[in-house]
Amino acid sequence: MYKTKSGEEIFIIDGHVHLWDASPENIKNIHGKQFIDCFFGYHSALSPPEQVWTAEKFAKYGVEQMEKDLFIDGPDDMAIMNPTYLKDFYKNGFNTIEQNAVLKKRNPDRIILNGAFDPRDGEGGLEALHAQAEIYKIKGVKLYTAEWKGNSRGYKLSDPEAYKYLETAEKLGIKNIHVHKGPTIIPLDRDAFDVADIDHCATDFPNLNFIVEHCGLPRLDDFCWIAVQESNVFGGLAVVLPFIHSRPGYFAKVMSELLFWLGEDKILFGSDYGIWTPRWLVEKFMAFELPDELVQETGKQLTLDIKKKILGGNAARIYGVDIEAQKAKLRHAEMAVA
Amino acid sequence: MTVTNQARIDEVRAALDRVTDPELDESVVELNFITGIDVAGGDVSVTFRLPTYWCAANFSYLMASDMRDAVAVLPWVEKVAVVLDDHMFVDTINDGVAAGKDFADAFPTEAQMDLSGIRLNFGLKSFERRQEALLRHLLAEGFEPSVILQLTVDGLARVSLNEEGRKLRARYLERRPLAGPLPAAFVSRDGTEIAPDTLTAYLRNVRRVGLNAEFNGALCRGLLAARYGEAPAVLPAEPGLIDFLRMAPPPAQRV
Repeated sequence: MYKTKSGEEIFIIDGHVHLWDASPENIKNIHGKQFIDCFFGYHSALSPPEQVWTAEKFAKYGVEQMEKDLFIDGPDDMAIMNPTYLKDFYKNGFNTIEQNAVLKKRNPDRIILNGAFDPRDGEGGLEALHAQAEIYKIKGVKLYTAEWKGNSRGYKLSDPEAYKYLETAEKLGIKNIHVHKGPTIIPLDRDAFDVADIDHCATDFPNLNFIVEHCGLPRLDDFCWIAVQESNVFGGLAVVLPFIHSRPGYFAKVMSELLFWLGEDKILFGSDYGIWTPRWLVEKFMAFELPDELVQETGKQLTLDIKKKILGGNAARIYGVDIEAQKAKLRHAEMAVA
Repeated sequence: MTVTNQARIDEVRAALDRVTDPELDESVVELNFITGIDVAGGDVSVTFRLPTYWCAANFSYLMASDMRDAVAVLPWVEKVAVVLDDHMFVDTINDGVAAGKDFADAFPTEAQMDLSGIRLNFGLKSFERRQEALLRHLLAEGFEPSVILQLTVDGLARVSLNEEGRKLRARYLERRPLAGPLPAAFVSRDGTEIAPDTLTAYLRNVRRVGLNAEFNGALCRGLLAARYGEAPAVLPAEPGLIDFLRMAPPPAQRV
């Protein structure tokens, strides 16, 4: 919970968090090492200096540290956990649903557990998706269209195989499709930077929500264009938001563009924990104001009400969370910290 | 090192300075990607690095081959070796560029498109970005939209501008041939005319392209610096009030 100076409580749903294991014991090869090094680069390049961790802590921070950073020291009321398998790089995977389920078990009212699928897994993958829906009651999945698999260097969400999975997801009540379209892993020319596939599937699956993580960076321009045309395309702020510290001027402009093209109801806060911690992000975001010149030009403001939507309201809507009921529930439940 | 050698190294650096990262539309020299230039007689060796191990192979390949070509045209150069360091595809890229292969030949299983498509797409983004900067500059200098938009390329070249304006114009004219038939100085990326009364909306639209590139530029500098434990290369100044004023609809104009 974040409290404003006037005492108003703001319900925070962190739209994008991870619990990973990139400890030396779990790293399978050079790619695994370079992958976590790259994440650490993001962390150290965009965090305020006093928020920078050691590389050792960053590689594996564990459940208790995460609870502390999100819910005790941090302002998050709930968090959406998105898995990242990367089994080619890490022996037990980087950040699997099984790992995330540990946190869910300890904090059942706070964690929204998402699954994953890969259309290249054929029938077996569809069965696995059914199993995830049954065991974990997932309402969302995270997809990495650029992930390597055997000889394949990625896929498009508009591929026929992907459509089979999206149809299955819809049947299983998995409504929220988070797609990693951002600075990424191994993009060649069939690449994750291209956001055009979202345009197709958003039209063909009007009952699903497509949350484009990282707002399609580094293709923000193309993404805004697609998102404005599709009412079920959302933008996740992970990676975009940390610029609020290092490049506030650019952040203001990007935020104005997102408000202009996507609109205030389609932008979701996400810390991308453990790359960044939510406390400083939320504090800076709450204190942030768009320069008057920009507001005059775009006609878009970043009011308290809009901030509330971005920080929790929009995610609550697409995940079916009743904020008032959830507040009451959390007040009564003691957090199961061991 | 002889004086001649230093002069040649400077020539190589100047040639490399004209090679851009296609996504960021900035010089690979300014971005601090170049780690070494060696000259021995007519033999040149250039080494470079990128912000992450994962930087897209197609862009990496494009930069490496552009560097090779930019250096090869210097009259005294006999042989050029361009070597990328610390990247997941170092061998494929370095061998492919050394052998003068197409990207598609170097990456036969992955590449589905030759680099020319990517080059054109990003060339057009660069065109829009440079065009926007020049148009905003001209508007801020008080030129009327109807006058600006009637200019031919030759006419634009004759307009009297201050130093910043001349720089923006030169950068824009480098990319102008990519978009539609001459001689109009200002057209949209598909070659169509821009009507004076739609200019404000047009500029709003293309601004996303420049903003995107600036954002990526800041990210890449930060990642490169974090990766190699250095201070980030100098960033272009954050836009100040003047830039915001430039974005406002132009005031009453002089002709």
